[in-house]
Amino acid sequence: MRLFFGSCFTLLLAAAIGLGATWFTLTRGVAFGSLTIGAWTAWPKSGSVDIDPYARASIARTGELPIGTGDGVAFYAHTDDTGNVLDGRCMFSVTGMTPAARYWTLTLYDPQGRLVANVIRRNGFTSAEILREQNGRFIINVGPRARPGNWLPSGGVEQFILVWRLYDTPLGVASRTTNEGPMPSIERKGC
Amino acid sequence: MVRLALWIFGALLLGGIVHLSTVLAMPRTAKQDAYSRLAPLAPVNVLTPLAAPTAAYAVMPFMDPAFAVAVCRYDLTAGTLKFIAPVSQAYTSVTFYTRNSMAYYAINDHAAGRRAIELDLMTAQQHAQLPEEEGVTAADRLIIDSPTATGLIVLRALAPETGMLPTAQATLAQAQCRAVPLPQ
Repeated sequence: MRLFFGSCFTLLLAAAIGLGATWFTLTRGVAFGSLTIGAWTAWPKSGSVDIDPYARASIARTGELPIGTGDGVAFYAHTDDTGNVLDGRCMFSVTGMTPAARYWTLTLYDPQGRLVANVIRRNGFTSAEILREQNGRFIINVGPRARPGNWLPSGGVEQFILVWRLYDTPLGVASRTTNEGPMPSIERKGC
Repeated sequence: MVRLALWIFGALLLGGIVHLSTVLAMPRTAKQDAYSRLAPLAPVNVLTPLAAPTAAYAVMPFMDPAFAVAVCRYDLTAGTLKFIAPVSQAYTSVTFYTRNSMAYYAINDHAAGRRAIELDLMTAQQHAQLPEEEGVTAADRLIIDSPTATGLIVLRALAPETGMLPTAQATLAQAQCRAVPLPQ
């Protein structure tokens, strides 16, 4: 009888631990070989045959197609530089320069990867659309209220994420260090 | 007490096995992966343009709205595949994915170096069966080996400004994906 209860307990606990760990790693997006610059993280290996089992499982679950290594690299930001969650009701500024790339795009999604509805139907910028200052730097204002210059509306959602995609870039193919920068900085300007 | 610790140790060990096997099995069992999402929309071996993602609807999550996208859902069991894509004004790329969404090859317009990206897709077995002389005469022919018999080719053309999306989509409309039957 003791053996029976013991085995039941062990099996249930094993299932809970195993499935719990799987759920946790897949929803948190655990993958190896990440490249972090400031608030931005990319997984260059996810776009190649060297993709690890966790990234493969995560991609299969979400249904997305990762950007191929010969195509470009995608950087994801879930927080600003100091760790504040990107809240659609606050103003954030994205400033600075980008690593070398033929083109880049910046897109705002909700945490599930859907575009966010807004009045001007703008979901992002491309490197060709952006207004720059004389020294080549730029400021992008992300927030619920209209701003002059580069305004990326966040639609007032509870949480959003920013994805910076660099196309035709040497970054990610060979780089494994974090001083490959410069990626733009994200700063909260008030809520 | 020792007995309980042993049971818990066993549970941890078993839990680890459950965790690893579910992670490894996920790509094969996922019902909502990219291929399954595209299967009802894209016929086999035909290039199909995808609707641009909007807040209300997107075929897949995390699609880049600055790109016009077309997919060719391929099946190489009946023969090889010929893929031709004209290069758009800004930036064009072709990415090859296996049935389980693994990107095994990607090329962009600069790397292709010509006015059109022209590729032959086949399995390693079909590649090995290519007649020898053909491999010599077509030295500049780009042959891609697909690790799986089925998969996805995704053609992306950038619209550098929002108003240029129709132009990018028009470029994609000229691209071709067609099956080449095996020689009898």
